[in-house]
Amino acid sequence: MKGATAEKDASMQKQKEMIANHFSELARVKETRKKVVYTFVPGNLTELINHFGMLPVLPEINALQSGMRGKSAEYISIAEKAGHSEDVCTYVKTDIGMLRAGNIGPTGEPLPKPDLLLLSYTGCFTFLKWFELLREEYDCPVVMLHVPYQGDGEITQEMREYVSNQIRDVVIPEFERVSGVRYDHDRMKEQLKLSVRAEDDLVWVLNSARARPSPIDAWFGGVYYIGPMFTSFRGTQDAVDYYTMLREEVQDRLDQKLGPVTPDGPMREEKYRLVIEGPPNWTSFREFWRMFADEGAVIVASSYTKVGGLYDRGFRHNPDDPLGTMADYCMGCYTNLNFPQRTALLEGYINDFSADGFLINSVKSCNSFSAGQLLILRELEKRTGRPGGFIESDLVDPRYFSAANIKNRLESYFQMIEARRKGATS
Amino acid sequence: MSTALAETSEKLLALSRRAESLYDDLDLKAVTEWKSRGKNRRAIGFLPIYVPREIIHAAGALPVGLMGGADRVEIVRGDSYFQSYICHLPRSVIELAVGGRMDACDGFLFPSICDVIRNLSGMFKMLLPGKYVHYVDLPQNFDTALGGRFYISELKLMARDIGNLTGVEVTDDRLRASLAAYNENRVALRRLLHARRDRPWEVPTLDYYLLLRAGYMLPVEEHTAMVNEYVELAAQAGRPRMDNIRVAVRGAFCEQPPLGLLRTLERAGCYVVDDDFVLGSRFIEQDLDVHGDPWDALAQGFMHHSLPAASKYDQRRTKHADFVKRVRDYRADGVIFMAPSFCDPALLEQPMLQKALEDADIPFTAFKYSEDTGQFQVIREQAGTFADALKLWGNA
Repeated sequence: MKGATAEKDASMQKQKEMIANHFSELARVKETRKKVVYTFVPGNLTELINHFGMLPVLPEINALQSGMRGKSAEYISIAEKAGHSEDVCTYVKTDIGMLRAGNIGPTGEPLPKPDLLLLSYTGCFTFLKWFELLREEYDCPVVMLHVPYQGDGEITQEMREYVSNQIRDVVIPEFERVSGVRYDHDRMKEQLKLSVRAEDDLVWVLNSARARPSPIDAWFGGVYYIGPMFTSFRGTQDAVDYYTMLREEVQDRLDQKLGPVTPDGPMREEKYRLVIEGPPNWTSFREFWRMFADEGAVIVASSYTKVGGLYDRGFRHNPDDPLGTMADYCMGCYTNLNFPQRTALLEGYINDFSADGFLINSVKSCNSFSAGQLLILRELEKRTGRPGGFIESDLVDPRYFSAANIKNRLESYFQMIEARRKGATS
Repeated sequence: MSTALAETSEKLLALSRRAESLYDDLDLKAVTEWKSRGKNRRAIGFLPIYVPREIIHAAGALPVGLMGGADRVEIVRGDSYFQSYICHLPRSVIELAVGGRMDACDGFLFPSICDVIRNLSGMFKMLLPGKYVHYVDLPQNFDTALGGRFYISELKLMARDIGNLTGVEVTDDRLRASLAAYNENRVALRRLLHARRDRPWEVPTLDYYLLLRAGYMLPVEEHTAMVNEYVELAAQAGRPRMDNIRVAVRGAFCEQPPLGLLRTLERAGCYVVDDDFVLGSRFIEQDLDVHGDPWDALAQGFMHHSLPAASKYDQRRTKHADFVKRVRDYRADGVIFMAPSFCDPALLEQPMLQKALEDADIPFTAFKYSEDTGQFQVIREQAGTFADALKLWGNA
C-alpha cells in the first residue's frame, strides 16, 4: 500500500502553520474582539479585510476542507434532509450542513459567527444564493459587491468605476463601521506592495512548469501554491515569506532537474505534460493525484489556479491606485472571463507549456466552470491538434467520485497520447 | 348555449389557437414574416428572465423571447454540449441555434440570471460568430448612484449596438414612445392577471400562459390588443366555476414547463392564481414615467419596481414577507414549487421561501420538471392530493 502519509515540503509546513495560526485567531475572537468577515475566494478583498484588522472566513475553503477531512458526505446529508435539493452545489450544502453540525473548523474548534457577510460574487451566481441562505442563520449585515462579468471580453471604464465606487461608497464605510477602524490610504498602499512581491513569486513558480521536467504540478500541487495568495494572507509579510520559500524550493528542484513532489514523493519520470480545466475533486484528492502521478502525468498549467487572479497573464495589484486595482482584480479572475477568453487562455497554456494534451475535470457542483465545457474541449482540439480528455467528478460530494471510471478514462486517455506519439514518429 | 356565448367562445378559441401557433413556431416564421414587411428590419432574441425590451423596440427591432424548445424538439446536438447535470433549456436553445432555427434573429441578449445562461452567451459568441451577442449585466446594487448609473451605461451600450444593426438611433423621444407602448402592454397584462386572480375559471392557465408567450413573438402593440380582446371576451364567456383550490406557483421563471404540465395542474384541481411563468413579460410591475429622462425611468423600473426573482439580490431583506404577502393578496390556498431540474437559482431559493410559508402556516408542495417532461401522472397525483388535502383540511 502506498504512502499512508504524504511527504511535505518546508513551504507546505509553513503554509500549514499560517493556516493553523489563522484558525487559532478565529477561535480567540471573543478575547481579542477581532471582527470576522465571511466572503468568497474569487475576487476577494483580502487586503481590505486585513486592513481593518478583521479576519476572513471563506466558506468554499470550509467546504473543501470538509471534503478533504471526509466530513462533507455527512454535512451534505444534513443539508439535504433540511430541504436542500440534491441538484444544487455541494459546496453550499456542505457549508450549510457544517453550520448545522456546530460549524467546527479544521482545527476542531468552532468557527466564530460572522460580523459581516461580504458578498463579492465574482464569477458565480450561486454565491448570491449562498449568502442569502447564510444570512438567514446569522443576524449580521451583508454587503453586496456586484462585480460585472466580462461578457464582451473586456473590462470597460464603466465596469471599473462601478466596482471601485462600490468599494469606496459601500464596502469601506461598512468595514469602518463594523471594525471601528478608519481607512488609511497610505497603509493600504504598503499592503498592496506586499501583495505584488508575493504575486511576482507566485508567477515565477507557476511559470517554472515550462521546464522539462516540470518541477511543480500546477493543479494538485498548484492548489497548495495558490492557498496563501487566494485566501487570507495576500498583502501580508507571511505571504511574502511563504512565496520566497516556495520559490527557493522550486529553484532547487529546477537545478536538480527534479519533478514535482507528489503524495508518494518526487515524481520519477515525466511522461505526460497536461493542461487541465476545472477544479479538482477534494474528497479523494490524493487518490486522484496518484492516478496521474503513477502514470508519470504532470499538470503543467491549470485554469483552477486562476480563480483568484490571472497573475501569470500580467495582472499585479497597483499600490498607487488601491480602489481601481481592487476593481480590476475582482473582474479579472478566471471565472469572470467569458467563454472565448477562457478558451484562448487554455489554448495559450497548451502551447506555452508544451503540453501533450489537455483534460477537463467537469464537476457537477459548479455550473460556472462546467456549463459548456464540451465546447471548449472541441474548440481546443481543433485549434491545437492535441488530444483532449473528459472526466467527471464533484467538488465535495463523494457520491460523484467514481475512482474506477476515472482511472479507466485516464488510462484510455494516456493510451491515446501514446498512439498519437507513435503515429507522429512512424 | 346562446348564440352570443357561442360566438364569444369561438373568438376565445381563435385567440388561444393563434397564441398556440406562435408558441409552436420554433422556426420563428412569424419573425421572418415581420421582418419581410419592412426594410432593414431586425429581430433580437433574448433569453429568460428579463431584458429591457423597450430598448430593442426603440431601435426599431423586434424583441423575440427564446424560451427553449419544450417537449417539441428532439435534442441531438444540444446534448453533446452539456453534461447530464445541466438543466435542459440550454440544450434545446443550442439545438435550435446550431440547426439554423434561430436564423431570423440578428442578435441575442443573455441577461445575467445564472451561470448556465451566462456561459451560453459565450457559447453563442463562438458558435454564431456573425451575430450580435451581448450579455446583459443587470445590476445587483440597487443604489441609483451606483447600480443605477452602471445600468444606464449598459442600456446605452445596448441601444447603440442594436441601433447600429437597424440604422435607427435610439433618441430620448423614441425611447419614451417605446416606454409608452410597453406601459400599455403592462396595463393589459395587469388586467389579465387580475381577471385570473379574481375569476380564475374565466382564464384557464393554458390560455393565460399562451397569451404571455405570444408577447414574446408579436410586436408589443399587437400583443396588447390581443390581451385586451381576450380579457374582454373571457368576462363574457360564462365559463363554469370548478371546485378547484387556488394555488400560487413558483420556480418556473426560466426553463418553462411543458403545456401538458399546465393542463395537468388544472385537471388535478388547482387554479393557478399567481405564478412566475414567463416572468420577464411583466417583470416591471408599474408603468414607467414617459415625461422625464427615459433612461432613468427604465433603470428605476428595474431597480425599484420589478418583481422579486431568485436571480435578483434581495437587498432589502424582504423576500419572506413579500412572498407571504403576495400569496395572501392573491388569496392562494397554497403554493406549488415546481422548479426545473438542476436550476440552481430556483432550487437554492426554494428552502428560503418554504421557510417563509411554514412560518406563515401556508401549505405547499414541491416537485421538479424539465421542459421536455412527458409523463405527468405522478405530478397529477401529487397536485391532486395537495388539492384534496386543502379542500378537506385547509381553508379552501
